[in-house]
Amino acid sequence: MNIPTLSELSAEGKKPEVLFWVGCAGSFDERAKKITKSFIKILHKAGVSFAVLGSEESCTGDPAKRAGNEFLFQMQAMTNIEVMNAYQVRRIVTTCPHCFNTLKNEYPSLGGQFEVMHHTTFINTLIKEKRFTISGSVYKGKRITYHDPCYLGRANQVYQAPRELIKKLDAELVEMKNCKSKGLCCGAGGAQMFKEPEKGNKDINIKRTEQAMETQPEIIAAACPFCNTMMSDGVKNKEQENKIHVQDIAELISKAEDL
Amino acid sequence: MAYLSNIIFAILLVTAIFFFRKNILFVKRNIQMGKAIERKDHAQKRWSNMIRVALGQSKMVTRPIAGILHIVVYIGFIVINIELLEIVLDGLIGTHRVFAPFLGKAYDLLIASFEILAALVLICVVLFWLRRNTIRVKRFWKPEMRGWPKKDADYILYFEIVLMTLFLSMNATDLLLQDSGDPYYIRAGSFPVSELMTPLFSSFSPSMLVVLERSFWWMHIIGILIFLNYLYYSKHLHILLAFPNTYFQNLSPKGKFKNNETVTKEVKLMLDPNADPYAPPDDDIVLEKFGASDITDLNWVQLMNAYTCTECGRCTDECPANQTGKLLSPRKIMMDTRDRMEEVGRNINQNGTIQDDDKQLLDDYITREELWACTSCNACVESCPIGIDPLSIIMDMRQYLVMEESAAPSDLNNMMSNIENNGAPWPFNNQDRMLWANEN
Ligand code: SF4
Ligand code: SF4
Repeated sequence: MNIPTLSELSAEGKKPEVLFWVGCAGSFDERAKKITKSFIKILHKAGVSFAVLGSEESCTGDPAKRAGNEFLFQMQAMTNIEVMNAYQVRRIVTTCPHCFNTLKNEYPSLGGQFEVMHHTTFINTLIKEKRFTISGSVYKGKRITYHDPCYLGRANQVYQAPRELIKKLDAELVEMKNCKSKGLCCGAGGAQMFKEPEKGNKDINIKRTEQAMETQPEIIAAACPFCNTMMSDGVKNKEQENKIHVQDIAELISKAEDL
Repeated sequence: MAYLSNIIFAILLVTAIFFFRKNILFVKRNIQMGKAIERKDHAQKRWSNMIRVALGQSKMVTRPIAGILHIVVYIGFIVINIELLEIVLDGLIGTHRVFAPFLGKAYDLLIASFEILAALVLICVVLFWLRRNTIRVKRFWKPEMRGWPKKDADYILYFEIVLMTLFLSMNATDLLLQDSGDPYYIRAGSFPVSELMTPLFSSFSPSMLVVLERSFWWMHIIGILIFLNYLYYSKHLHILLAFPNTYFQNLSPKGKFKNNETVTKEVKLMLDPNADPYAPPDDDIVLEKFGASDITDLNWVQLMNAYTCTECGRCTDECPANQTGKLLSPRKIMMDTRDRMEEVGRNINQNGTIQDDDKQLLDDYITREELWACTSCNACVESCPIGIDPLSIIMDMRQYLVMEESAAPSDLNNMMSNIENNGAPWPFNNQDRMLWANEN
């Protein structure tokens, strides 16, 4: 894949319309890399001029902040802000709700004013602007349940954009009992992804997977690389991985469009 | 002697108000132990929040059964308080049903509506009691509800049952006395509920009825004055604090956590290439304690939150950690904060200023295990019907643990040193960030 970086583009005196913030999971995690690539295929198909930061990107600091390390968080944030301000970045799109939330909500008070979008919102905009269409019927009539990421839903009130996309796939969107503002966490947030859970009687991702399974879905749609991991593990734990697939919305779209 | 009862009434009323005021001032002072936080912006939005959420009970109905029962009791409480005004005036002036001559037919309507509401409140309160004690709704039986919190919840219900029963009995005996032609008991009011209760009292002589009516009247008003002073010790304080609490609630997106300005200054200095590393420390940077280990490190809104919490447990019920058997319960976070705040308050009352008592909110009330179980999912914040934010306290306490004590779980320390060294929470080389582009 040929992916332009901001430094290359600016050397050519060019400016992309949007910066794709890949995020640590999207860059390094095997599962999440697939989401990154799917989204890039969509960007290419829609003819969006974009760039990534490449090795100039560094963790937004989200897990540090949620763990309580304000110092490390702000070091990360200010370094990133400096880089992005030097490139005069205005718009950012990201496939990770944690990056999305941190860039959108935490960076402004440290000098980073950007228009930040989650990829589901961004793809919706592309469709509204008639730059991209979803027409494939791979998922026609398939039962898809959608898991709301906490940092997209409750934290930032993005509930509709991902659902609109699922409906455009002609799929049957089946809601879990706990959805939207009442959605149950997958268990990864607040830096939990990086530690063992405290003592309890169940893991949170198992509980959430059970709720998802109640809807008898063929697909659990996710919109966050961490939720994706958590739900995939849950499905595996229930030995349902041959029947239920956990897919990011970008992956569903790129498959539907045969990208 | 003719004025004896007026005088007794006035003394009771003044005493009750005196103690109530004193308690409210304690509450205010305790809340002011918290740090400053700016919450006066967007007045219009804040008013509308308060009107919608506190006055309009909009978030109560997300759980329809409890919500509707609560709204009935709430409306009953507000409307029946109009009657309280008449009772107080009667008590002070020595009149009986002082509003009746002025309001005429409207008075009948008013009393009738009080009665119907009182009956509805009674029904709802009994249902509330059954939910707690017979159906045993799970969230009312969590560990943090043992002891006083459980009793408190029941006492409030008993109080209301007694008050409503006294109110209706007072009206029933009054009605009988009106029928008997006693000139003191002027014909006034319409009694759709208590008239059904008159058979209970019809065997009493008129003089005995007067004794009963007066006793009910006095017990009812004394009960209310006691209840007023009970608030301070109870989760029932929410009937007052829900209003300021919803007014001052956080208006930013829930994913935006507080920015620590002191850290910002330090980090700016560190990243500034022109900064002189040997310069004497900037006097502007006061060595501030990071995060919170005790209530005085929290801000006043967080402390007001703690006083406002009704211990309804909706937050805990929605908490993913609690649902999966972890120790964490956001309701407990709020209850602990209040308990500790009251303890420090008593400390000040005794000693004039806070004397070290070798205790703090962290460890003595809230354990580390609870704090680290939080996924910061905001379900608790979303579910609270009166705008309380348990997550902000958890985050402040984590900040203390990490920044003051370096006491994060070791996995998290690994994650953080990865970020520090490689710019990612995993041990990958930052130069490899684009490798994915060349993989298939
Ligand atoms: S934010 Fe923390 S305390 Fe609140 S519901 Fe989520 S896990 Fe529980
Ligand atoms: S914080 Fe809110 S939801 Fe939780 S127990 Fe208190 S009042 Fe209920």
